[in-house]
Amino acid sequence: MSGEIADPRHEGSEGARSDPPGHGEGGPAPKQVTVAFGFWIFLLSDIIMFSGLFAAYAVLAPNTAGGPEGSELFELRLVFVETLCLLFSSFTCGVMSIMAVRQRSGATYLWGALTALLGLSFLAIELYELTHLVREGAAPTRSAFLSALFTLVGAHGLHVAAGLVWLTVMIGQVATLGFTDAVERRLLCFGLYWHALDIIWVALFTVVYLYGVMG
Amino acid sequence: MSEQKGDRQLDHAPGGHKEGAARLSTYLAGLGLALLLTVASFALVGSGAVWAPAIPILLAVLAVAQMGVHLVFFLHITSGPENTNNTLALAFGVMIVVLTVGGTLWIMAHLDHNMMPMAAVAVP
Repeated sequence: MSGEIADPRHEGSEGARSDPPGHGEGGPAPKQVTVAFGFWIFLLSDIIMFSGLFAAYAVLAPNTAGGPEGSELFELRLVFVETLCLLFSSFTCGVMSIMAVRQRSGATYLWGALTALLGLSFLAIELYELTHLVREGAAPTRSAFLSALFTLVGAHGLHVAAGLVWLTVMIGQVATLGFTDAVERRLLCFGLYWHALDIIWVALFTVVYLYGVMG
Repeated sequence: MSEQKGDRQLDHAPGGHKEGAARLSTYLAGLGLALLLTVASFALVGSGAVWAPAIPILLAVLAVAQMGVHLVFFLHITSGPENTNNTLALAFGVMIVVLTVGGTLWIMAHLDHNMMPMAAVAVP
């Protein structure tokens, strides 16, 4: 007792025993938890940035300036296929993270490749759709509605493209570094990012496309 | 004193799997539910099955439900004590999103209402 420095966090209150760490008691959480929590905060701030784009779109959507409206432009069947691509890629990404936790590199490559393939199909369909709009004369310069549409859909598409680059890098890191703690943490963060993109897409296809075709 | 730490519950990383709990069935359940909600959303538009003015509200409910499915089954956000930090951060994020979108729509609707009608503005 004599030489020990008293740590106020551990001093004999009954509450200290039951309080889980992260509530001000019991010392620092493991690195995986703090890293993932920090990334979770980043994702929430990214979602807040998207909320600004959504708000701009909602305000500008009726301002078509005599140009084409959403109900004339949107092809729901394409959007449905896009949605399925992203949803299944979210699922394959989940399976990849299970395989990464079990440290099975072959299965991680397989499910990672499936995730990339589905993400790439999503991007290809989106790119086709947007270039089709421009060729029909519905370019972002045509009206405030189309500016907001291209900004919102384009921002999400850029996020998906960045995610694909990240996924490629992670596959490379698994191949060269193996399943080290750092690689496991990065894979966990990548999974969070990819699932969050799908959540944003749910809001996007509902607000932009489904509300859009109803006019 | 450090022996006390042994039985404490550790914080849970968002999206993380607790040891040995990496379960394929969770992701399968999430996929099934999300598929169901997606198909319901797309089927609702254009089918005459539902009273038309109710469709926007139903679509919003389906979208919020699907986001909940993604959060619980894919991101493993739960209401448990090891998840308090993640849930609190999420709640704060949702509050800011609601303020941003709701506030923007509210203010812009008022501005729009108070604008002079375009026909009354003299256009040279």
